[in-house]
Amino acid sequence: MKAHNPTPVQLREAPRSGLLAVCLSTLRRDLLVRVRNAQDLVNPLIFFVIVVSLFPLGVSPQEAFLRTAGPGVIWVAALLAVLLSLDSLFRDDYEDGSLDQWLLIPQPLFVLVLVRVLCHWCLAVLPLIVLAPLLGLMMHMPPGQIGVLCLTLLLGTPVLSLVGSMGAALTVGLGGGGVLLSLLVLPLYVPVLLFATGAVMAAAEGASYSPQLMLLGALLALAVTLAPLASAGALRISASQG
Amino acid sequence: MSELLLQTRGLGCERDERQLFQGLDLSVHSSSLIRVTGPNGAGKTTLLRILCGLHGFYQGQLYWRGQPLASVRESFLANLLYLGHNPGVNAALTATENLSAAVGAQQPVTRRQCEQALVWSGLAGYEDVPCRHLSAGQRRRVALARLYLSGAPLWILDEPFTALDREGVASLEALLAARAEAGGAVVLTTHHRLTLPGLEQWHLGAGETRHESP
Repeated sequence: MKAHNPTPVQLREAPRSGLLAVCLSTLRRDLLVRVRNAQDLVNPLIFFVIVVSLFPLGVSPQEAFLRTAGPGVIWVAALLAVLLSLDSLFRDDYEDGSLDQWLLIPQPLFVLVLVRVLCHWCLAVLPLIVLAPLLGLMMHMPPGQIGVLCLTLLLGTPVLSLVGSMGAALTVGLGGGGVLLSLLVLPLYVPVLLFATGAVMAAAEGASYSPQLMLLGALLALAVTLAPLASAGALRISASQG
Repeated sequence: MSELLLQTRGLGCERDERQLFQGLDLSVHSSSLIRVTGPNGAGKTTLLRILCGLHGFYQGQLYWRGQPLASVRESFLANLLYLGHNPGVNAALTATENLSAAVGAQQPVTRRQCEQALVWSGLAGYEDVPCRHLSAGQRRRVALARLYLSGAPLWILDEPFTALDREGVASLEALLAARAEAGGAVVLTTHHRLTLPGLEQWHLGAGETRHESP
């Protein structure tokens, strides 16, 4: 280290980078960190597969039972797998001090939160949805129903990630926040679970399932617009405790 | 010509039902070096976090160049560099990746500039080593490399000397002195003995606050 610093002191009226550049830089870092910590991505996936495949062994391997229980089992397993992956959303950054740097970025924090949740969903949750059809076949679900199941997962799991980010932001400063996170977030997950499994059940009975899908879409729109704001506020509160 | 950058009026903070400090009227001018002193638990870190806007629970007002801080937050943050006592270095990323992410969130930066900054901070040859394999002092140097690329007029540094070797401490001291001469303002905490010319001290502790000018 030398005393000489080539960068001159300069007062600025506005930030040097635009919102898009900052988002891209955040996205790049988040992707790198998540790919390097691959075990955090594989864990929920393995959990998801194990829970679903233990069901036929533990309860009953009969086709009629599996077909009725299938959508519910897959959805509950996916929901818990998402919950499992959420604790790490802000935890490392809080512990190594990067979260403070994040809060000091001049651009709106909720946009950065949205970027991070999107990145988390793509890397940790999307693989679950890719695997879901296979597990659906294992549960003897007919192809039509599997399609509806994947659709509900595509619409529903982003809501789980977004709502979960609020809980993760609130509990990031607490030791052992995992338990509290589940307690805070699970009640908010119930409507998603009800509408999603409702849609697959309706498809199984040959009824129209579009109302449930529309409700899931409405929940997603609500979560995309409000959850990042709430998470950003919660992160500021958590940082104030640190 | 020194310009008033940051100012507090009647600043107070209570934590866990204990008054850390109250009624602080402080001002940070350009070309000044300020050291916050006080025993452990006196609220030095909390004070620095309040000054950056990270800690939201306080009494009193903060002003950036004469305007209430909350109303000019964006331009304030564009002029601030804060290094906390946790260096903000992710263990899974390499030194270059950490630096380019930290700087890239504030300003456009190239890989070449990041590598130069790391060489400057004494990490030549460690640019592509994941930070989990670096020592505490080396991680501190990754964070300090941001100083090389920063044109921000206000630096707030919480324990920047922690884990640095003797040579590192000496050159960081020289850097800070040069920075103040070049028109920057530095507010820092440290338990090291500092021998900087023109050092101003804010003393926190046991409910009383002293203000010493050079």
